[in-house]
Amino acid sequence: MTTDTNMKSPEAAAVPPPGRAPDKKRVPRGHKRLLTRRDRITLAFMAGVPTVLHVALVWVTAIASIALAFTSWDGIGFSSIKWVGLDNFKHLFSDNPQFWPAVEHNIIWFVVLILIPTPMGLFLAVQLDKKIRFSRVYQTAFFLPVVVSLAVTGFVWQLVYNPDTGLINSLIGANKPGHYIDWIGDPHLNLWAVLVAASWRHTGYMMILYLAGLKGVDPSLREASALDGANEWQTFKSVIFPTLRPTNTVVLVVTIIEALRAFDLVFVFNKGAQGTELLSILITNNIIGESSRIGYGSAIAVVLLVISLAVIIPYLIATFRKERQA
Amino acid sequence: MSDLSPSGPPTPSELVSPSRRSLLRGVGGAVLLAGAGVPLLSACGDSSSGSDPKTVSLGSNASDAVPKKAFAEIYAAFKKQSGITVDVNTKDHNTFQEQINSYLQGTPDDVFTWFAGYRMQFFAAKKLASPIDDVWAKIGGDFPDAMKQLSKGEDGKYYFVPLYTYPWAVFYRKSVFKQHGYEVPTTWDKFVALCKQMKKDGLVPIAFGDKDAWPAMGTFDQINFRLNGYDFHKSLMAGKASWTDAKVKAVFDHWSEILPYHQDGFMGRTWQDAAQGLVAKKSGMYVIGSFAAQQFTNKADLDDLDFFAFPEINSAYGQETVEAPTDGFMVSKSPKNHAGAVKLMEYLGTPEAEQIYLKADSSVVAASSKADTSSYTPLQKKAYTMISGAKNLTQFMDRDSRPDFTSSVMQPSLQKFLQNPKGIDSLLSSIERQKKTIFASS
Repeated sequence: MTTDTNMKSPEAAAVPPPGRAPDKKRVPRGHKRLLTRRDRITLAFMAGVPTVLHVALVWVTAIASIALAFTSWDGIGFSSIKWVGLDNFKHLFSDNPQFWPAVEHNIIWFVVLILIPTPMGLFLAVQLDKKIRFSRVYQTAFFLPVVVSLAVTGFVWQLVYNPDTGLINSLIGANKPGHYIDWIGDPHLNLWAVLVAASWRHTGYMMILYLAGLKGVDPSLREASALDGANEWQTFKSVIFPTLRPTNTVVLVVTIIEALRAFDLVFVFNKGAQGTELLSILITNNIIGESSRIGYGSAIAVVLLVISLAVIIPYLIATFRKERQA
Repeated sequence: MSDLSPSGPPTPSELVSPSRRSLLRGVGGAVLLAGAGVPLLSACGDSSSGSDPKTVSLGSNASDAVPKKAFAEIYAAFKKQSGITVDVNTKDHNTFQEQINSYLQGTPDDVFTWFAGYRMQFFAAKKLASPIDDVWAKIGGDFPDAMKQLSKGEDGKYYFVPLYTYPWAVFYRKSVFKQHGYEVPTTWDKFVALCKQMKKDGLVPIAFGDKDAWPAMGTFDQINFRLNGYDFHKSLMAGKASWTDAKVKAVFDHWSEILPYHQDGFMGRTWQDAAQGLVAKKSGMYVIGSFAAQQFTNKADLDDLDFFAFPEINSAYGQETVEAPTDGFMVSKSPKNHAGAVKLMEYLGTPEAEQIYLKADSSVVAASSKADTSSYTPLQKKAYTMISGAKNLTQFMDRDSRPDFTSSVMQPSLQKFLQNPKGIDSLLSSIERQKKTIFASS
């Protein structure tokens, strides 16, 4: 929003305001002169306030947490910050039994999201785009999980998976001694159980993104391919899908972000116990919890930041380069 | 929120002729107002209970129904006696604990609920609590020495007023033991034999739920101080003894022996759900604190509930140590109503306050030695005898040790052990490595 206003306001200001004819001869010297002092102050505020907020809330905090990653701090008083160099990272990589599983689970999270709910969402979007009856109802039903807060989603699924009274175990009779299926606790099961819930939600999200993309496809393309005698699958594969490229970019970036910031669902589900460790949860447990190992937690946050940048930056560069060439 | 409202509706003149300039001005004004709103909003939090001498604010972790009601009755009685209103902010029990650091550094309430022992001393040493020697000058005579010790910071000053305490033990149903002819086991071998027998009889021998990750610490503590004694427990918790010591390994070996008799699916079960197994007589025993009684809402079930001390493992230590976590109150670093807070603390240290609490929550016993024990239920009487007869009192793993160590290392490690008891050697060396890092810092 802020960038929008920043970019538009100089343009708008370039239009000479009515009733200022005497200034007209100055126009060729550049439109800066057109702005009165008041305009400039207003603009300075409009550009300045968001910039200050952005720098304070994004850059200063990010850089502060990078700096803290090289310290040891219990969060009580600034005087207790101690410089420890790379110690946090050393301990993280070699001693923390939860770190590497967490990295692995974040990757699994991404792979599963891209392989199952994303095609599923695309499939639903294509079906709903056919103007079938009650399509609004279906849209709403599939999109509902996205609207519901993830904490609520986690809570609902936790009831489904509860080992004693949960829906699944009650239905299949797995809540008796010796037959337990511990969906929430068993480290071989719980990640997949929680991924079912995550996929359930992500499908709706992907559906809406693709539906928006499909609405933007020029109907004459379909017409043309129909005239050429292409069947439905051929039309989709060779005509529709390629035109969805901008949507695919968004989908990929959104899915990566979702995978890296996965947190709420698992936190409600089982607090990231063995089997569902995630980087975001390790950060929270170390910083927010009673433990307050702020330096150490920041080190994990820095690792997460590096991973995010490593994934997102090359992709965005490649995309923008392609677009410039096109 | 009302601070923001002026920025909302535009003035009539702006509505009539929305020229570019007035629009810009309006937007700029809105931004300014929003900016100004931030400090105003942040000030909202602490404005209410400010300097009113008739109000003391109190942050409470008593979010469960039974204790919440019991505390409310104490504050009502305090108001009647002193005319001071206690403004209570209750937060979810676990959340309160997790946020305690930022809570105490921000604008904490005048008085807050907390735990005795290392957990209290940590914040006292960080100067996040006020010393209350003046309170203890009045209430000191009512407490036994063990409680006085638990209420002092490392600097020897008092920081804490204990309200109640409760023992950890093995809970069981008298009727179930009678029906099957079981006897209370006093030694480890008898305990294991009883587990075997219960399994044969179709019972879950030991109820267990470790979803919240702390109940497992209770079992560890019991086996550890029965096997290695109180001093070793202290030294291990303080980060001095090594986790790779053969003594620690022996604790886990003993635990592995009874692990097959624990309730299945414990990683996804809360302690409350595990207690329901005992309520339904499906589980035979439950190693837990006496707060488990809160889950017994039916009077007949509650009367049927009993407990015994965790069986002896090493005859050198017998059953001399009791794990009796103590809960109570502290005063935050700069209370707004200091005089009121002191008055409240003095009241909380009286036997009357304890009795009001115990009337509502019969799962615990009074910390004060002056409290009237005649109204105790048989369960409370037994708990009282057990605690007052103990040679040593421990708090709990996460109250006797550094919270960062227990929450970020011990909780996941114990869960790992429970899932894979065979990997104990590498687990213990991993714990030891992480312990060294944590105890080395500050």
